[in-house]
Amino acid sequence: MNNPYILSPIILQLAAAVILMFFWYKPKIQKVLSIIFSIAAVGVAGYLFSYIWTNGIMITQSGNWKAPFGITFVADLLAVTLVLVSSIAALGVSIFAAGSMREERLKFGYYPVFHFLVMGLQGAFLTGDIFNLYVWFEVIIISSFVLMTLGGKKAQLEGAIKYVSLNLLASSLFLIGIGFLYGLTGTLNMADLSLKVKEIENIGLVNVTGGLLLVAFGIKSAIFPMYFWLPASYHTPPSAVTAIFGGLLTKVGVYAMLRTFSLIFGGDEFMTVTISIIAALTIVGGAFGAMSHRHLSKIFGYLIISHIGFMLVGISIFTEVALMGTVFYLVHDIIVKTNLFMVSGLVLKINGTQDIKDLGGLYKSYPLLSLLMAIPLFSVVGIPPLSGFWAKIFFVQSALEVKDYLLVTSVILGSFLTLWVIGKVWSEVFWKNGEDLPKVANGKYFDSLNTANKWSFVFPMVFLSLASLYIGFGAKHVINLSQKIAADLVDPSSYIQVVLQNQLP
Amino acid sequence: MELLLIFIIGLLHASGLYMLLRRSMFKMIIGLILLGNGVNLLIFLLGRLTKGNPPVIESSAKVFTQIYADPLPQALILTAIVIGFGLQSFAIILIKRVYQVLGTDDLDELNSTDEEI
Repeated sequence: MNNPYILSPIILQLAAAVILMFFWYKPKIQKVLSIIFSIAAVGVAGYLFSYIWTNGIMITQSGNWKAPFGITFVADLLAVTLVLVSSIAALGVSIFAAGSMREERLKFGYYPVFHFLVMGLQGAFLTGDIFNLYVWFEVIIISSFVLMTLGGKKAQLEGAIKYVSLNLLASSLFLIGIGFLYGLTGTLNMADLSLKVKEIENIGLVNVTGGLLLVAFGIKSAIFPMYFWLPASYHTPPSAVTAIFGGLLTKVGVYAMLRTFSLIFGGDEFMTVTISIIAALTIVGGAFGAMSHRHLSKIFGYLIISHIGFMLVGISIFTEVALMGTVFYLVHDIIVKTNLFMVSGLVLKINGTQDIKDLGGLYKSYPLLSLLMAIPLFSVVGIPPLSGFWAKIFFVQSALEVKDYLLVTSVILGSFLTLWVIGKVWSEVFWKNGEDLPKVANGKYFDSLNTANKWSFVFPMVFLSLASLYIGFGAKHVINLSQKIAADLVDPSSYIQVVLQNQLP
Repeated sequence: MELLLIFIIGLLHASGLYMLLRRSMFKMIIGLILLGNGVNLLIFLLGRLTKGNPPVIESSAKVFTQIYADPLPQALILTAIVIGFGLQSFAIILIKRVYQVLGTDDLDELNSTDEEI
């Protein structure tokens, strides 16, 4: 079961980033190469996924140091699913950036840094060592800092200050948590930690460590009350950057919570209650934020927060059905949120503004494009049979099973408020009669682009919409997959068995 | 030695948090750097301080016979220092750019991205 090929998604992205750096001032070559590498990455991830699906968990021990001593990379079903979904989202963004990013911005190195970011994501999903997870997180945040400030507009720098300082603080907290864990158990391997933490008698100290990691991952995934950096910064960079941020960055935090709370701090009542209250407040707080804003990207930013809350619901209840919901929602959310920010980027390109009060009449002038944009918008709400619907059934069902009516109420209220927000966006941007907006004289608008450039806007949206339609209409397969993953999360014994091989007592 | 380290760690964390809560961007970065150093020392302390030999097995023996110092916390701190160095230098360049573009060091004045609706 030792298989070094599970590292191939990481190495492919690293190779892409390094090769693209040689074409620093040649954005045209970068565009083509990046798309080719991203297609290859989807292929590799798809192969890895089908391989793990049939053969079970694979590991690789770096430097042939047996686990718990070396750094172990573990490709279990959760990890490879997220690797596959994130490569699909990254392919979409890679094509979208080719059309929507200005060449001057591309010359600042958008594509190499983008591939470093995706490499960090793949590494974070595949690692089985908690300190290595920290290192991948740092790879992700340093790349995201560069992408956020790329171009150096005033608003970008202002947003970046908040984003950078809070993320640095979160990293320090994460590191303190790791220090505590090492002090308590003397190991960093997550499978080994899972066994050793159970033997600790001082539960208080374990809970403090869990709390530290919850706050650290909470800042990164924007949960209540640590989400204020997100709406302050996410709408400032170009939409190709926001698409990858909105789709993937906050979800790594959720993934890290899933991993640590299933393996290390599972089943503690104090944590469960804390997370469930946070989940309810995140859902409602994010939705209220989305209701009170008029800037399209800001609305979508608040919706990210609200829907992170849905995933926390599953983590707090922690039954198999609830976790099925979380995994399903994670897969759905990565695809749909990436698509949603592409929608806001396209609206900006067509009209030159993102204020929904000034926008209008999009359905009249672009009926087909509007229908395309309707798919992600209504998938986010979860109107059946679109993809957001199925996960919410699991959340409500599992919350009713454990009689947590706070969560039931907040999930339903959150879905309803999301519907309200999307309904407002749809009627204001697409249905309302629009006035002619003043156009900047030398601005490049969607109408004036050539056909190839137009398609690089539309194709990724078609591609990701098809993916989310598949998640909605082929829900049987995704439910089947998330059920397998959830069973592994509730009972991680097979994960531990494979990582530690024959060293179990 | 442990007691001294505990006080230093506490002092670094406290002063780091105090600086983070100030309104000046520059002081905020200083706070983050102090906090980062405090965390590094914390890992060092939690990895248990031992006065001992380097963790190298002599060629004549097969197992450790003497007390040895745990090398892992040192490796962790080294990694954390390097990462922290990179991130902090980025943050310092960032505040320099922000100061040049916006002409202010006061965090309370950096609220235009929050206040617009």
